[in-house]
Amino acid sequence: MDGATLAPILFATVVAGTPLVLVALGLLVNERAGILNLGAEGMMAVGAVAAFVATHASGSAALGVGAGMLAGAALALLFGLLVITLQANQVASGLALAIFGVGLAAFAGKPYESLALPAVPPIRIPFLADLPLIGEAFYNQQALVYLSWALFWCIVWFLYRSRPGLVLRAVGESPAVAHAIGHPVQRVRYLAVVFGGAMAGLGGAFLSVFHTPMWVEGMVAGRGWIALALVVFASWRPLRVLLGAYLFGGVMVTQLFIQGSGLQIDFPSQLLSSLPYWATIVVLVAISRNRATARLHAPLSLGKPYRPER
Amino acid sequence: MLRLEARATASPAMRYVSPLIAIVLTLVTGAALFALLGKDPGEGLRLFLLSPLKDLYGISELLLKATPLMLCALGLAIGFRANVWNIGAEGQFLLGAVGASGVALYFQDSDSALVLPAMVLAGAAAGAGWAAIPAWLRTRYEASEILVSLMLVYIAQLFVSWLVFGPWKDPQGFNFPQSAMFGDHALLPPLIEGTRLHVGLLFALSALVAGHVLMNRSYLGFRLQVAGEAPAAARYAGFSRARAVWIGLLAGGATAGLAGMGEVAGPLGQLTDKVGSGYGFAAIIVAFVGRLHAVGIALASLLMALLYIGGEQVQQYMNLPNSIALVFQGLLLFFLLGADVLIHYRLRLGRRTG
Repeated sequence: MDGATLAPILFATVVAGTPLVLVALGLLVNERAGILNLGAEGMMAVGAVAAFVATHASGSAALGVGAGMLAGAALALLFGLLVITLQANQVASGLALAIFGVGLAAFAGKPYESLALPAVPPIRIPFLADLPLIGEAFYNQQALVYLSWALFWCIVWFLYRSRPGLVLRAVGESPAVAHAIGHPVQRVRYLAVVFGGAMAGLGGAFLSVFHTPMWVEGMVAGRGWIALALVVFASWRPLRVLLGAYLFGGVMVTQLFIQGSGLQIDFPSQLLSSLPYWATIVVLVAISRNRATARLHAPLSLGKPYRPER
Repeated sequence: MLRLEARATASPAMRYVSPLIAIVLTLVTGAALFALLGKDPGEGLRLFLLSPLKDLYGISELLLKATPLMLCALGLAIGFRANVWNIGAEGQFLLGAVGASGVALYFQDSDSALVLPAMVLAGAAAGAGWAAIPAWLRTRYEASEILVSLMLVYIAQLFVSWLVFGPWKDPQGFNFPQSAMFGDHALLPPLIEGTRLHVGLLFALSALVAGHVLMNRSYLGFRLQVAGEAPAAARYAGFSRARAVWIGLLAGGATAGLAGMGEVAGPLGQLTDKVGSGYGFAAIIVAFVGRLHAVGIALASLLMALLYIGGEQVQQYMNLPNSIALVFQGLLLFFLLGADVLIHYRLRLGRRTG
């Protein structure tokens, strides 16, 4: 395989990986604060619809992105109310959010299903974009791709180098201790959940406004769930989330390229399309089988409700 | 200001009151939603809740829709009680439909009375087999059954799509993505003449009875529940977590597979790429609203079926997308989970004291 075939694959890999990067990074922060939100799929779907509708109405992709993030954050707030204030079971509430979000998106997006948005032109970074092989893939991309990298660095800095990040991790490891030394556990958790929702909405917006500028029911196609798996796969570390997302992006596009390449392989396209889902299962197994590391890196209070005494 | 005050003991009454609170809140929100969309809320709720029940045909359609929901939710409840989170019932449903269709298409020209029983077995076995994947990966490799069972839903959908676009496509089907129609001996007989309601409902009702005995009257059910609520105690008593995972997932897979069989051998009469209508996901809501209890599940599946049919009515008469049913169903679960706080807490007015 030479550079001429590899470069477009690399480009498409970055594009396919970006929504996963965005959503999984949000979930990572969310889970580091001890809250497991299984509703990512629903928040992405609602974010995608909101972004599409807002872009369609205003003509501005930036406004659309904002609407997508707001919609995701609003759903996450609802989830937070359930699990943080009302102490509801996080798994059940997350499932409820996923079902509700997907339904709401299908309902609200129905009138927009036949419409298309103008493609948003990519931003070309001078000189760097001319690099062979990687130039196009990394330096001639949509604004949100660059934003995802900026967010990555911000999150790394926040989690490991800032005091609020330390508090957030403390809340996720031991809410009781964090509370005892005076940190506002519930507020930190709310903020983390809303941040996760906004990021999921952003990922959805990327899909419906930039990646394929349209809305079709079911277009999120399990990416929210894959992002959840990615966080486990990355054992709750940002760099691994980033790499994992591109790995999955690679799996997604490779199967598309095989289908589109005209290579006469006798393999049905539907079965090829299930490759990313199989890959998710395989990776989950590979990561989870080592119980010691999985347990070591998972935030200790993940999924457990906590209510401060006073 | 409202605040929560912990109850000394969980309130048993609230376990049953909270679904009613959730239903009322869903209806109120639903009415508000209709008003927001510029439709008459009273008319909207009437279409949703009453018009499906106006005649025998409507009631038969309601029971028809409730059948797969009952089956799927019952199997899920057995798992949920043991803290086994099978959320891939939709995939197991699809595999059940595939298994049953395979038998029906293979014995297309047979008029043996054994075709239907073979389809029942194939459907349940295929569903259970699909659920065995997350069970095995959970017990052997600790992989989350939530994510694995869910990924298998997408894989199952693509698999069905491949079958009906490829090897099982009806040669006389004008290129529609569907299999040939099953022979008469591969169709479930109608329960009421002139309606689409079929004997699958009897499967669902017997499964509910069997499930009730298993969950509430058997030693195995008791141990499953202990495994879910107090894993350490269960381990001490010699009941392994692995067994709970296997039983929970296999039961869920088998009932979902049976439900899938009921769809292809009942109202559809063939395998199509539209066979999965989200029953597997809706069943999660049914299981919770039904309090993981057989009688509750029967009632909750009727309610959810009503929402499905109501959605179709609203689409027909009010020109709103029928996915409004999904919004209602999601709201119902949200409100239920929120109202459940009242089991362990009571609401108090005023500022906290002391």
